[in-house]
Amino acid sequence: MSAITSDQAAASASFWKNNLRDYGLLVSLLLIMAFFEIVTGGVLFRGVNVTNLILQNSYIVIMALGMLLVIVGGNIDLSVGSIVGFVGGVAAMFMVGFHLPGLEIDVKLPWQLVIPIALALGGLIGAGQGYFIAYSKIPAFIVTLAGMLIFRGLTGNMLQGQFVGPFARGFQSISAGFIPDFSDFGLFKAAEGDDQFFWLSMLIGVIGAVVMIWTSARAWRRDNAQSMETEPFPLFVGKNAIFALIILGFSYLLASNKGLPNVLVIMGVLVLIYTFVTTRMTIGRRVYAMGGNKLAAQLSGVRTERLTFLTFVNMGALAGLAGLIVAARLNSATPSAGNSFELDVIAACFIGGVSASGGVGKVMGVVIGAFFMGVMNNGMSILGIGIFWQQVVKGLVLLAAVYVDVYQKSKG
Amino acid sequence: MNAILEMRSISKSFPGVKALKDVNLVVKEGEIHAICGENGAGKSTLMKVLSGLHPHGTYEGQILYQGEERRFQRIADSEHVGIIIIHQELALVPLLSIAENIFLGNETAKFGVIDWGEAFNRTRDLLAKVGLKETPNTLITNLGIGKQQLVEIAKSLAKKVKLLILDEPTASLNETDSDALLKLLVEFKSQGITSIIISHKLNELAKVADSITVLRDGATVETIDCHVEKISEGRIIKSMVGREMSDRYPPRIPKIGERLFEIRNWRVEHPQHAGRVVIKGVDLNVNRGEVVGIAGLMGAGRTELAMSVFGRSYGRNVQGEAFMNGKPIDVSTIQKAVANGIAYVTEDRKSLGLVLSEDIKSNVTLANLPGIAWRGVIDNHREQQIAKQYRELLKIRSSGIFQRTIDLSGGNQQKVVLSKWLFAQPQVLILDEPTRGIDVGAKYEIYGIVNDLAAAGKAVIVISSEMPELLGICDRIYVMNEGKFVDEMPAKDATQEKIMASIMRQYGVAA
Repeated sequence: MSAITSDQAAASASFWKNNLRDYGLLVSLLLIMAFFEIVTGGVLFRGVNVTNLILQNSYIVIMALGMLLVIVGGNIDLSVGSIVGFVGGVAAMFMVGFHLPGLEIDVKLPWQLVIPIALALGGLIGAGQGYFIAYSKIPAFIVTLAGMLIFRGLTGNMLQGQFVGPFARGFQSISAGFIPDFSDFGLFKAAEGDDQFFWLSMLIGVIGAVVMIWTSARAWRRDNAQSMETEPFPLFVGKNAIFALIILGFSYLLASNKGLPNVLVIMGVLVLIYTFVTTRMTIGRRVYAMGGNKLAAQLSGVRTERLTFLTFVNMGALAGLAGLIVAARLNSATPSAGNSFELDVIAACFIGGVSASGGVGKVMGVVIGAFFMGVMNNGMSILGIGIFWQQVVKGLVLLAAVYVDVYQKSKG
Repeated sequence: MNAILEMRSISKSFPGVKALKDVNLVVKEGEIHAICGENGAGKSTLMKVLSGLHPHGTYEGQILYQGEERRFQRIADSEHVGIIIIHQELALVPLLSIAENIFLGNETAKFGVIDWGEAFNRTRDLLAKVGLKETPNTLITNLGIGKQQLVEIAKSLAKKVKLLILDEPTASLNETDSDALLKLLVEFKSQGITSIIISHKLNELAKVADSITVLRDGATVETIDCHVEKISEGRIIKSMVGREMSDRYPPRIPKIGERLFEIRNWRVEHPQHAGRVVIKGVDLNVNRGEVVGIAGLMGAGRTELAMSVFGRSYGRNVQGEAFMNGKPIDVSTIQKAVANGIAYVTEDRKSLGLVLSEDIKSNVTLANLPGIAWRGVIDNHREQQIAKQYRELLKIRSSGIFQRTIDLSGGNQQKVVLSKWLFAQPQVLILDEPTRGIDVGAKYEIYGIVNDLAAAGKAVIVISSEMPELLGICDRIYVMNEGKFVDEMPAKDATQEKIMASIMRQYGVAA
């Protein structure tokens, strides 16, 4: 009996050690949220601000999903900010309409058609860069640095220093819209003069929390039954309780403002898809193997070149999507849209525990990393801290996060 | 003559392996002292201890040099007193000039500013001493390997060498270059420079050596004074390999079936140097249930052969035919080789075999992910079952299938790599140095796995530098040297002496 308990204790200790980083990140996010909630006098967690926080960070999270695969695969992409600007610019030109000088025709497309074109354009740019990286073996740093310059320059030439907009309401609603709620159909309408509460959004939050608890409980029980390594029970309960509370709390705050933003739905779906791809699909597994040891992966039959290429195509398409979201949010394309986004995206990955040498990183970590940056941005802006000091703080946080990583690793 | 160097009962352990056991070495001033031994006998380790690469404190024993006890902490310490070691892999920077290389880290500089005139003049003198006519600003990359070797020696002269150690200096040289190098050593002797030369080429040693020390299994066997007795190759070979064979190999009754796999006239060029032929027309065949060994010295081309067969993962311009069950097969990519039933278990498990950041489970299934997935979605449950199954089958000692492979011992890492390839369900397994660096117990278990594979009707090709291992587990042995198969013999007729003799015959030595 005592042998069993000491075994359990050892297992739980090793679990702690292996997963300390994940919990540490989550706890740090909670701490920093609490900190800003207090110092901003409760502004951080107002419904309006939470909505803003999500709108401001959605495209960073979306691109971080692609960057996760790129960095885990052992590369880097510096061009995503410029792709955001370029794709947003092209989409804006198509929607607003432009005159093709040589052919003397006017081009103007409906926004429903522009969206797939923009995503394909992003993927194509990624494919172009990926080709040089994967097949011509030029370091990703160089290829995407070139891409960063090229697409920023092309954006500037195309837009000629102008703001191109505005767009149709339908297109704007990608960023500025919220999901339809019961109240749109005349149900649960608030009394005149009261604030409307968006019950469907709240309901989705509750369902989300229940589904999350249910699936993770099922997985935990099954793993435990097969005597796999699992989280110790209190930790499991605590972690899920915190996640559920976060989901419920955010749903409540959003529901009491304008409901769930459309972009949050897009982001949520993408996060689920990429979690599945990275943890459950062979292609995800191969990316991790390639980043962990390229030669060993090759000798195990992994087509590393094709895989590298695909991670860049994927990154390009996601950057294209981000470009649409940014354009929709600003209701115009500008030559500087997406400026230095690549740095926020890459920083989100590293804060989220992605290893710079490849092979290590999780979707959840990256999402938390992105929100970590987002909360800091938002909190410091509310406090009126200047943009330059914000950069200093973000830089220090990035350094500290990676330092903790490296320090932990060196201690084994 | 006085002893310039005396190494007294040197012992050195690596995790799990005792590399040196009470080794004694006495080198007299002004002689050429040869060190012989099989691969893994401890020659290089001994030289690393001497040079300070393994610093004082990491080994037991005493080093006396010029009559004083020395405790080298780093290579710079030993170089400071005139001990210079030239490694097998040359340590020259290819895109720098001869002069820059010779004075690298030892620049003729005042306050960090290099005096190029001085450097070039001194380089010219040094090059003359070693018999090179190149100008000092020639880039290293434009020199052949033999001349690069001479530049290394010139570099050691620049450091005022008293004891020059050469680790397999002639391994990659042709006969003319080798002769020139050996002549140079004899000339150095007349100038009072002592040399230690590590070599497999016994005929060369016979020409120049004054004494020969033989190492075996990390221990000194004997030191022969070449001026007292006439040395014979046979005697040295016996001394090198003559260890007792006991039941270190699990018993097996071979059941050899029909021809399974064959390659004909296999020819491969070096990946970087087009036109330099590394594998020179090799024919190999292996039957179901058969274990075939490939013996040879380091650099014979065995790994290169195996990797070029495995999806051209080595070399360029690969030519030759491959057959499985008598039908020609395409092994031009790793995917095709695997699909055709070939598996290659690398000699370098850390950098080529495992994804160390991943756990046992992910490594075991990496080469056959479709085997645990349906339409690209991994069945976690099945994956864990497979991993558990192999963990039990191969007795991988770990905390579970979720333990990261970086935390496993060498033997257990090797078993993970083997598991990976067993799960890929190959017909032919090529095992490259399957027991390198692992302890005796784990070796025995791996031999058992090889036996089981053969019993299951697979064909196994084993590459090993440990000849007793090949004799112990194989049915048939190919002897490879310098990119060719020079001999083939049934294992029951083979002896280490015979294998060594086949290799040495290449160098014109009658054993």
